[in-house]
Amino acid sequence: MQTTSDEVLIRRIATGDRLAMQVLFARHHVRVYRFVLRLVRNEATAEDLISEVFLEVWRGAGKFEGRSTVSTWMLSIARFKALSILRHRPDRELDEETADTIEDQADDPEMVLAKKDKGAALRQCLNKLSPEHREIIDLVYYHEKSVAEVVEIVGIPEPTVKTRMFYARKKLSELLKEQGIDRGWP
Amino acid sequence: MSTANEDERSEIEMLLPWHAAGTLSPRETERVEAALASDPELARRYELVREELGQTIHLNETLGAPSARAMERLFTKIDAEPARKPALSQSIAARVGEFFAGLSPRTLAWSASAAVLAILLQAGLIGGLVFKQNSESGYGTASAPANLAADGTYALIRFAPQASAADITKFLETNKLSIADGPAPGGLYRVRIAGTKLPRAEITRIIKTLQIDPVVGMIAVPE
Repeated sequence: MQTTSDEVLIRRIATGDRLAMQVLFARHHVRVYRFVLRLVRNEATAEDLISEVFLEVWRGAGKFEGRSTVSTWMLSIARFKALSILRHRPDRELDEETADTIEDQADDPEMVLAKKDKGAALRQCLNKLSPEHREIIDLVYYHEKSVAEVVEIVGIPEPTVKTRMFYARKKLSELLKEQGIDRGWP
Repeated sequence: MSTANEDERSEIEMLLPWHAAGTLSPRETERVEAALASDPELARRYELVREELGQTIHLNETLGAPSARAMERLFTKIDAEPARKPALSQSIAARVGEFFAGLSPRTLAWSASAAVLAILLQAGLIGGLVFKQNSESGYGTASAPANLAADGTYALIRFAPQASAADITKFLETNKLSIADGPAPGGLYRVRIAGTKLPRAEITRIIKTLQIDPVVGMIAVPE
């Protein structure tokens, strides 16, 4: 079955078509939510943010020139809004969040179990990455963004995109090693 | 391994995450695949990338989804926005554009041939009529129009803003309607609902039936 492309939906939204807005929302809201949730780490904030992101899409649809895909455009808006929220978040909250990302050297029962399950350990380490590294890994692996699209969303040059991804993966391996899982790389 | 080969390997290794996600260009994909086939260490590292890819998807998929309140909040905000006044001609142009964009090249070619044929036929008919008129009557006045509208029954209709071009076409076809004129200010179209003059009661019945369709924003019979 042929579905209406995102670009066609955006053209309809630009004319005030609410139904097209509903279709676009249904198609993308979960991914946009997950993207911002991984950045802001608060479900209520992430939920507030997605309505802001889609409202921006509603307002800006007429100006969308199709130079990037609709999903890339939406993730750029989402990222901008999430970072604005993080900038205004009280320091104490930020400290708590930073603390979350610092690895715990002691093996808690969860960690012991994680060692038995490499997949679970990897997921735990993915959560311990810095926001920058988490973001690029999510964009490439989960949101299936090409190098050029990451350039567009994050606003960094292409070589930096590649090296940032490389160092995010390297950090991931180091975190796994600290948990006793040596992948033999780097 | 020479320095040049090392550089090439580093460059390829940087691309492995995008290769695993399937977001490289065909040329880059070919390059990475060739390197993977000839370099076992690179192939081993690629397996690590695939592992990361799988677990990142797993992690994100367990994050859940927002509640239905998110959509309610969005549409409450949209409703509070100042009403849009899209240029209807622009909106129709966009829909016509969408229609043609959706056609395959073969369909487009057939449509173009059909259009050319229709124009030729039309030109022939008009030419024939003019010739016949000129040959049958000595003179004619411009103020004596052939009142085509008098032959049928018409209604004024405004389509719902959310109705797509496909919805409108289907609605017109199902109800055997044709657009005679429009759009007039306010997005009104003059639609022919019957080829003959219908009695008032019959018109009212048809209008009531058409009104139920969600494609219809407003429908009325002109005085």
